[in-house]
Amino acid sequence: MTVTASKSHYQSEEFARRLRGRYAAERNFKIAGIAALALASMMLVVLLTSIVSKGYTAFQQAQVRLEVTLDKAMVEERNYTAILRQALYAQFPQITDRTGKRTLNELLSSGAPYELEALVKQNPAIVGTTQTVWVRADDEVDQFVKGNFPRTAPESERRLNDAKIAAIDAMTAKGTLVQAFNTTLFSAGDSREAEQAGIWGAIVGSMLTLMVTMLLSVPIGVAAAVYLEEFAPKNKWTDLIEVNINNLAAVPSIIFGLLGLAVFLGFFGLPRSAPLVGGLVMALMTLPVIIISARVALKSVPPSIREAALGIGASPLQTVTHHVLPLAMPGILTGTIIGMARALGETAPLLMIGMVAFIVDIPHGLTDSATVLPVQIYMWADSPERAFTERTSAAIMILLGFLILMNGLAVFLRKKFERRW
Amino acid sequence: MSVQTQIHTKPQAAARTAPAVPNKMVARDVKVFYGAKQALKGINVEIQENKVLALIGPSGCGKSTFLRCLNRMNDTIENCRVEGLIALDGEDIYGKGIDAVQLRARVGMVFQKPNPFPKSIYDNIAYGPRIHGMATGREELDEVVEKSLQRAGLWNEVKDRLREPGTGLSGGQQQRLCIARAIAVSPEVILMDEPCSALDPIATAHIEELIDELRENFTIVIVTHNMQQAARVSQKTAFFHLGDMVECDDTEEIFTNPRDERTQGYITGRYG
Repeated sequence: MTVTASKSHYQSEEFARRLRGRYAAERNFKIAGIAALALASMMLVVLLTSIVSKGYTAFQQAQVRLEVTLDKAMVEERNYTAILRQALYAQFPQITDRTGKRTLNELLSSGAPYELEALVKQNPAIVGTTQTVWVRADDEVDQFVKGNFPRTAPESERRLNDAKIAAIDAMTAKGTLVQAFNTTLFSAGDSREAEQAGIWGAIVGSMLTLMVTMLLSVPIGVAAAVYLEEFAPKNKWTDLIEVNINNLAAVPSIIFGLLGLAVFLGFFGLPRSAPLVGGLVMALMTLPVIIISARVALKSVPPSIREAALGIGASPLQTVTHHVLPLAMPGILTGTIIGMARALGETAPLLMIGMVAFIVDIPHGLTDSATVLPVQIYMWADSPERAFTERTSAAIMILLGFLILMNGLAVFLRKKFERRW
Repeated sequence: MSVQTQIHTKPQAAARTAPAVPNKMVARDVKVFYGAKQALKGINVEIQENKVLALIGPSGCGKSTFLRCLNRMNDTIENCRVEGLIALDGEDIYGKGIDAVQLRARVGMVFQKPNPFPKSIYDNIAYGPRIHGMATGREELDEVVEKSLQRAGLWNEVKDRLREPGTGLSGGQQQRLCIARAIAVSPEVILMDEPCSALDPIATAHIEELIDELRENFTIVIVTHNMQQAARVSQKTAFFHLGDMVECDDTEEIFTNPRDERTQGYITGRYG
């Protein structure tokens, strides 16, 4: 066999160089992709680290142990403050002057008397006895114990004077001042005092609001999507509606708040700050998102399924409800949950309808005054006390927890109901 | 009834069909428009009872469009307009008294690509009888499912796995499942739109045998690109070309002695 023909174009040096160039381009593209991914995950890590490192201390709260003597006369006068103070003074027999006693008074939370009162109400038999109780310490004490106020600073620049620090050190040494799990954070409503503030009110407010949003936007959104996708004639009116729905999805959420203010509060006279109104506004906001995602899900159902059903004499509605809708369900669910997650994290429209309010009580109904998680975060972030800083971060962690839970649910449902054909 | 008289007074129709075999469906001057585009230019066809009519012709000639007129599947297509007369048992199917949903139960359809529902084999067959209220109770439904699968020649292959998804079957089995699904609602006419084009030769042979058996109980119209298939399964053949029905006659006649030059050109493979 003799090699007569010259090398073909594909075997030439020129071609080999081009080939190397192509591979280099591919490699560079991959590197750029990995770099982008690394950068994105780094930002996420920084964000989460910052929030967690600031917030994890909020799950603990300093508590003071006191041996209270529940004198019958004092209980009848409801003078629980005096009962607590007596018990506290007993721990420091050497302090007798007024200034020293006032310093000691400031160690306890201003809510401590109410805690004791609640205890007595729960169990009236303890009146007249001496009991060991744990009450919350003041938030400044709490922050000092957590090391957020440096003790090396000169006394004039410190929030706590030397006498207070001495008392705290003495109690810590005796074991009467300890850190315990902060149940208040999860069970209480808002408060001006950081140690008495909790997010349960905001969580309940968020749940009520989301409930209204879901009950309104899911059925209306899915029905609208089914009609537009499966039944509506394609003419300029439905085109117009489609364009408008797509535009509505991009409208800034505060506009929906203004609309809610004008229509629900102004025209219909619904109560201010109520989860009902918040839910209505959020429903308006989520509706386009749900309609769009449901339409995409319906579109992705192969037309052959519709033909199969129609071909054996199913009516158009039966075709949709028996075949198309079940197949589109995973997509619809995902879109719905993502819409709900967005509503859960939304603040701006609620500013307009008065849900940014200092509300201490846990809401019990749709028309009670309430606030929601992101608004609570917004308000705590605004508070100057050091203790609210860590509570802000803790509340963000809880909100993120809910969002992760919802998105996880979306993924789970999609996997569970997804059908292949 | 005006439709009836109209059909019978067509002298051409009377001359060309044997009087003994009644017409199950009749198409008179059927024109179909997709928007401004005309897809069918006046089709006249008789579909005889318990016979197989094959529609042949090059791609885009309107065979499938015509087939989809016969059970009003074109209703679902936007901008599609049908003119002319199509009668089932002498009654205009586009007339006021006929409901498209009811019509599609009487005129079933099998599609080009097997399209079983993503449900169990059992539910695929049982769906039609269920929505039409054809079976009362579990046992009756079981019976309908078994009978339909047997008639489609699929029973022995799937009887032990009726609860498994229909989409898990092979392509040929899926197509027979679709045929079983169509016959489960006891239609009078079955329309088949290239039912074997996605299948291998063995599965195709299966379906062709099946079509021949089904002819006893049903009237069948089949669209096919495969001339041999048309010759094997049909008694009547209609040749379509560019939206026209060029000729329609006994299959033997079309394949051995076509009257039109275009038909001859197509079946001898000169174009198409």
